[in-house]
Parts: sequence; structure tokens; C-alpha cells
Amino acid sequence: MFAELNSILNTSPDDVTQREFILLSDRKADASFLLHHFLSFYLKAGCKVCFVGLVQSFSHYNAVAQRLGVNLVQAREKGQLVFVEALKASAAVMLNESSSDVAQLFDYLRSPVPELRALFEFVCASLSQAEAEADSSSPPVLIVDDLSVLLSLGVSVRAVLDFTHYCQAAICSRLQGSVVTLVRCDDEDDDDEDDDESSSRLLRALTHQCTLSLSVKGLQTGYCRDIHGQVEIWWRGTGENVQSQRKIFQYKVYDKGASFFAPGTSSAVL
Amino acid sequence: MAAPMESATKGIRLSGSATSFQKKSRSKLIQIPGTKPSVHTGQLIISTGVPSLDCALGGGLAVGSLLLIEEDESDSYSRALLQYFLAEGVMSGHELFVASAQDHPDDIVKDLPSPLQDEDPEFKTVSSSNLDQQDAMKIAWRYQNLPKVQTVLSSSSRFGHYYDLSKHMEQDLLQNAKIHTFYLHEEQTAPTHLSGVLGPYSVLLQSIQLLIKQNGFDGSNSQVKTCNVLRLALHSLGSALWGDNVCVSPAHNHAMLTFLYALRALLRSSLSVAMVTVPTHLIRNKLIRGRMIRLCDTAIALQSFSDAERNNNPLYKDYHGLLHVIQVPRLNCLGCEVPDTKDLAFRLKRKQFTIERMYLPPDLSDSVSRVSKVQRTPVCTSDGNKHLDF
Repeated sequence: MFAELNSILNTSPDDVTQREFILLSDRKADASFLLHHFLSFYLKAGCKVCFVGLVQSFSHYNAVAQRLGVNLVQAREKGQLVFVEALKASAAVMLNESSSDVAQLFDYLRSPVPELRALFEFVCASLSQAEAEADSSSPPVLIVDDLSVLLSLGVSVRAVLDFTHYCQAAICSRLQGSVVTLVRCDDEDDDDEDDDESSSRLLRALTHQCTLSLSVKGLQTGYCRDIHGQVEIWWRGTGENVQSQRKIFQYKVYDKGASFFAPGTSSAVL
Repeated sequence: MAAPMESATKGIRLSGSATSFQKKSRSKLIQIPGTKPSVHTGQLIISTGVPSLDCALGGGLAVGSLLLIEEDESDSYSRALLQYFLAEGVMSGHELFVASAQDHPDDIVKDLPSPLQDEDPEFKTVSSSNLDQQDAMKIAWRYQNLPKVQTVLSSSSRFGHYYDLSKHMEQDLLQNAKIHTFYLHEEQTAPTHLSGVLGPYSVLLQSIQLLIKQNGFDGSNSQVKTCNVLRLALHSLGSALWGDNVCVSPAHNHAMLTFLYALRALLRSSLSVAMVTVPTHLIRNKLIRGRMIRLCDTAIALQSFSDAERNNNPLYKDYHGLLHVIQVPRLNCLGCEVPDTKDLAFRLKRKQFTIERMYLPPDLSDSVSRVSKVQRTPVCTSDGNKHLDF
């Protein structure tokens, strides 16, 4: 959890905004540090978290979370964290060597027309179960790392959007919880040859849907050792102030955190 | 990745809780020849066989990770890197798995470079050039005390071996090594129920999985108590000979991506490292290249100066190509090891392959254009032709 980002976003673990749909995205940079921030943030806030790890193994997330002061193993034993090890299961599912219920959950890996229905049902079940038993003072949270991997595995943009839409309806609206997703853009240029199945198309659709967007980009001037990129934060306007807000920061990632500063005010520059 | 990482962090925590200035008790750590814990993350890493490439990638390759090499146009330098990777495996006593559809894996293994007996030729040349400098021409006194710019990337502690490309490795070294080969055209045809998702790669994935399971690299087989690293080298994945249509088909999602994802999953749960070379310049749909890089941990691209335009450029005359480090992994930590510069170039000397920082050589030719021209600026003084001389 980065304290600086909390003050920028005007939240703290004691005061969690409900019904947020947070979209993290990156292009020519790596936004996964933000994902680790939100994972540790919601765990510290005492929320019930369901984490779908499509990219890395559990031990990776655990090692990073430990540096941020959260123990994932304990959280999982307590039942606060439900971790879906999608990467670990994938090889066995693809080679048709897993038990039927695991194969059922990850059926997008094998089906010729992949859908995410089983995954959604699992996520929904695990989070609403918490709602029934727990004190329900803190909202449930779904975190997905990352959606664009699904596109590489042959899931269509449409199926991914169906999944996020269902999640938003079920978790944000019904359970008063939050959803955090990461989308990584892998296309070379941003505008030309607009492809139907590109991740920028997915990103555009999700930007329309989200309430808070943090998009990470590499520096336009190229590689720099002291500034790792810039992050553009966008809030959707709600209620009386319809106007949405937009702020741009530059950032640098350290071993145990990250610092955010206004463009051009890096300690290396000044 | 789980096993080596946990043991390594445990070792570090042990040493941290003890009082300082005590000898590290390393008894709890798994000792595998040819590996060392990374300075930055405590991750178990191995050498790629090219020490300067290790430096460019932040120390070496983490066990459990996947390295993607984008081939140069003729696949000559990327092939050399693959052979270095295998040769280092032979020298460290690791198990090897070589898969190819083009050349027979035995041929690739036969041509492995021979290790140099007197190690570290770069160090030797540096020290000898220092001796030469004593009676060399004196340059301006201002620059005398500046340190010599070291262009060759190297770390202080030696890790990995140096190899002589002009000689082949001796037969007895190769015979002692455990080498598993996979030649596509000798394998039986794919089982039909899998070919839908994994396409031509299902047999390859199956044999890798079988090897990892049987030889206990994932720690599941309790009878085989091997503590060794498996190096997987997959040559020219995606080329037409693999039976892959990625080069011609404009489709978005592809069996190769699914295979890389499954391979990543296998590597993460075992003591193995994979190096995959892919001719990305042949792939038709450009989206696939970006997705491939995202699915791998480390990605580098080789760009050779085979075309005449670059070859004639005086800036590049010392090098044979450019090396782009596209992606460095972030494993078990938030940040990654950030290099000073990304301007890297490689050169293939007679015996060895090195990666260096690119720099502009001093221009010593006669046609140097820095002649200080007398500026005939309009001056308000009476005599315009007179130079101001101090």
C-alpha cells in the first residue's frame, strides 16, 4: 500500500469507497505495482478479497505483499482472501489431466468458443458467501490480474466485457463492493489499424464503464532511470459535480513502495 | 519458482535476524551448482552463458522464468545465444532439453562452443591495456585522472563461463551431460483431443511436462531426489516447420500464445528455465508479438546489421548488431533492476559474443568537420577583418 497514492485518491483503509470500478491500464510500462497496492490496501481495510491471478504464481504475489506489509498466506487461511490460481492450473487443464471441477472452472482454456461464465459464478459465489456470514461492514472486492491475458488465450473481447459487466452488476451494485481490473495494451501504435480483438478496444470499452481509471504510460521522451513513467488518474464525476477530474503524476517504483510527483519535479531533475 | 524462491528468502531472513557481522549460515539453502541467489531479490538465478548478457538482464535468469529472444533476420546470432545457454548448462551440470523443428537437436548440441580454460579474457585484455598505457602517448592532463570508460558490461564477481566459438565442446563433456532432445519430425502425431487449443505444440508441451514430472523438477516425485535445474531451449518457435501458420494467418489468438502461457505455468512450479527464440519479424499479425512479450518474463531482441545501409554507417562499424532489452522481469518484488542505459550493441569477435554499451568513437578521420571557421560576423568596429585574439 502506497500512502502517497492514498492521499492522491483521498482514501484510507479506514474509509473505503464503495461501489468503485477501478480500471488500471498500461502501455509501454508496467502497471502491476498498482495492482499490488490495491491488493494490500483492501486486505488492510478488512475487505473480503477474491483475487484472480492469471499472470503470476501465488508465491510471487505473496512475496510482494510481504514487502508491503500484508501476509497473503494468513489472509487466505483466515478466509479473507480467495485466491484463484489460474496460471498454475492452466497446464494441467490444457493437457486434460485435471479433475472435472477444476476443468469446469477454467473451461475457457479448452473450449473452442471460450466463455467466462464458470469463472464469474465462482467469483460471485465466493464473495456473496462472505456477505452472508460476515459482519458485512466492509465491502467485498474482486481483483483481476490481468484481463488482457484472456485475450491471448483466445477469449473474445466481447466475452471479457460480458464478464466485467456481470461482475460490476453483481459486486458493485448488489453487494456494494468494488472491482479492480488490469488491462495491458500490447499494440505497437495507439491509433492506426483499429483491430476488433485488440486490447486497446477492450480498454476503451472498460474506460467507458469504470468509475476511476489509472492509466500508466512510459515517458514520451524515452527511457529514464529515475522516472519510470507517468500515471494519469481520472475520476468520473458523480452527483452534483458532473465534471470528471483528471490529474497527471510521474512515478518511480522502489523495492517497497512507489513515489508520485508532479511532472518535472523528480528529485533527479531538481 | 516457488521452491527456490522460498528457500532463498528464508536464508536471507535467517541471516537478517542474527546479529550483524556473523558468518552467514548457508546450510539451509539448497546448493545447486551453477546457481546463485540474486543480489536484488534473493531469487535463485542462473547464467545465460554470456556474462555480459547476464549483466544486461540484471544478474542472470531467474529459475522458473521464460526468456524470449526475437531472432535476427538470419537467425545466426540468436542461435549462438541458444548454444551459449546450452553450453553453460553442460558446464554447470544442469539437465538440458533441446527442441527444434529445423535442425536436428543433436546437431545443435554437437556444435556447442568449447569453454575457455584461461577464464575471463576481457579482464586480461583490460589489464594488459593498462600496462600499455604507461608508455602510451600522454593526453591532456585534465583527462588523465578520469576513469577509463568500460564499455563491456561485466560484474565484479564472476558468474558463468566464457566460451570459444571457434572450437566445439569435447565429446566427453557432452557425454556426461544429461541431454533430452525433441525433434518434431521424429515424434508421433498429436493426440486429436488436444490439437484444438495447443495446435502443433501439444506434443511438445506434453513431453516437457512428462520430463519435469518424472525427473522430479517440480518436487512432486519423492523417489527422485534430484536438486538440479532443467534448461529448456526451444529453437525457432512459430516458424513454418513447426506446422504453425502464425507467419501467414492474420488471426489474433494463436496456439503459440496458449503454449507460452502453459509453458510459463509449468516453469513457475518447477526448477527450470526456458529460452525460446522466435522469428518475430515473420509474424503477420503485429498484435501477436506484443502479446508474446507479455507472456514471457524477459524479452530481448537482436537486430543485426546485415543490411548494407547500417553496415556502412560509421557509428556502427565496431558492432554487429543492436540488442534491445524489451522487458525485464519483476519477480517477487515491486520494482525491477533498472539498467543505466538501454543503448546496447553486440559484437561477435572471432571467439566470443559480447554485449557492450554503445558509444560514439572519436572521429579521427581527415574529413572532420570541426574546423573552427572564422566567423565573419558584422561587427560595429571599424576593422571588420581583424580577429579578436586573446
